[in-house]
Amino acid sequence: MSRPDRGPSILRFAAPQNFYPLAGRLAPWFAGLAVVLTLVGLWLGFVVAPTDATQGEVYRVIFIHVPAAWMSMFIYLVMAFWSAVGLVMNTRLSFLMSQALAPTGAMFCVVALWTGALWGKPTWGAYWVWDARLTSQALLLFLYLGFIALTRAIEDPRRADRAGAIIALVGAVNVPVIYFSVKWWNTLHQGASVSLTKAPSMATTMLAGMLVMAIASWAYTLAVVLWRVRPMILERERHTEWVGAELMREALRQGGRA
Amino acid sequence: MQWESWSAFWNMGGAAFYVWGSYCLTFALIALELVLVFQRRKDTVNRLLRWRKAVGRNGRGNEQRAAAGPNGVAIE
Amino acid sequence: MLSTFFAVLRRDLLLAWRGRADVLVTLAFFVIVVCLFPFGVGAEPNQLRAIAPGVLWVAALLACLLSLHRLFAQDHVDGTLEQLLLSSEPAVLWVTAKVLAFWLTTGLPVVAVAPVLALLLDLEQGGLPVLVISLLLGTPILALLGAVGAALTLGLRGGGMLLALLVLPLFVPVLIFGAGAVEAELSGTGAAAHLLLLGGGLAGALALAPWGCAAALRVSTE
Repeated sequence: MSRPDRGPSILRFAAPQNFYPLAGRLAPWFAGLAVVLTLVGLWLGFVVAPTDATQGEVYRVIFIHVPAAWMSMFIYLVMAFWSAVGLVMNTRLSFLMSQALAPTGAMFCVVALWTGALWGKPTWGAYWVWDARLTSQALLLFLYLGFIALTRAIEDPRRADRAGAIIALVGAVNVPVIYFSVKWWNTLHQGASVSLTKAPSMATTMLAGMLVMAIASWAYTLAVVLWRVRPMILERERHTEWVGAELMREALRQGGRA
Repeated sequence: MQWESWSAFWNMGGAAFYVWGSYCLTFALIALELVLVFQRRKDTVNRLLRWRKAVGRNGRGNEQRAAAGPNGVAIE
Repeated sequence: MLSTFFAVLRRDLLLAWRGRADVLVTLAFFVIVVCLFPFGVGAEPNQLRAIAPGVLWVAALLACLLSLHRLFAQDHVDGTLEQLLLSSEPAVLWVTAKVLAFWLTTGLPVVAVAPVLALLLDLEQGGLPVLVISLLLGTPILALLGAVGAALTLGLRGGGMLLALLVLPLFVPVLIFGAGAVEAELSGTGAAAHLLLLGGGLAGALALAPWGCAAALRVSTE
């Protein structure tokens, strides 16, 4: 790659000044996609999908509960992936991506826990049951909070990047161990509990609604993470010319509006 | 169509609190996250503009740093 | 190469011996935490017997957590850590030695006192060997995982709370299998599976944690 700006390679966008405008262009599209898919998903979930035979209407929480739970786990994996890329290839942008992902992952964790509790009350009779899924979800939230707290507590950005990456990887190695151990503990202590997601006869329209909402949460995550990473890039690259030009443009835009 | 009337829809077969409680918190959190993200963008831009002005006035560093060029290529 | 290992081990043990009050404080903490539970949940023997394995394990875990900051702090302040990192010796080696010394001076005393405290909670005699074995296998895992967290939070303001937030979720599997082993033994199903899993966890932690810890120390001191 002697002339990186001419190569067709996707690695070109690993450079912050190329990625910054790209992120700005893509984010609104993902946000739009998220809005459209959410509307379709809610329509499928509330209008098309029938009432569940055993649970009645309460099951309609599934259309956010399951996508949020999936997303919270998936985001942690992506976070660990970018952390590994950052540590191995020494790309600053990867660390920023993993730090931009964490708050959204934590948000989805809270959503999954909250909806799980509200779904559990009418189904199990209690807001919180020490069910394997709920418990590992809570532990995942702590892993997110630890990552966020650590990267915020360190002032030197280089150290913050690397320390965050290490704890993300340590967490990623431990997530399967935690899930397995909690499941083991749960089967010993609880006996059989009602499984929320193992609905034996899930109508195809229910499944469709859930999948559409899952894709919507993907699109939302992409949009919000791209939006969040942009000012982080500006902050880190503030000594460069292109950020200076970008800031000038921003100042003109603000001046024009005032 | 599953619902006979709007009130039946809002009632959710008696589970209104659980269903609408879930959806309300989810969308409230999403709205909060978006507000925080845009707030942070505005803060960062303003802070960096002020910072650039300060660096420019002190006259040190700015040109030196600019001479180093845009070191944007991240893969070393 | 092994001479480095033993040199660091001996040095840390010697330092621990000179500051033996710290070790006693850790032990006292362990004892007090265990003694708090009867005040909290009532002194009903059956109830105490039921919660004894969990209480002992949680107390051992907290004692380990609260002494973790000692692992690298002193060496960080006086510059020993940087010297060690600059030396040509493989970092994994002396990190392992330091963790071993840490475990010998905090983990092992806790394990030694645990059976006595188990009697306070009226744990059945049959569970005592399993309790000791589970602690012997489990507390080194706590020390190894905790070392990574201690290395990452080195020199940070409010590092203690942060360290707890970072490592406590990682301690959960150890707690589950450790306390579970004793309960399984007492309920008659046998503790072999739990102990094997703990042993596997120890092997895994021994293989991975020193590398993570060495990397974290490099990040924190550069």
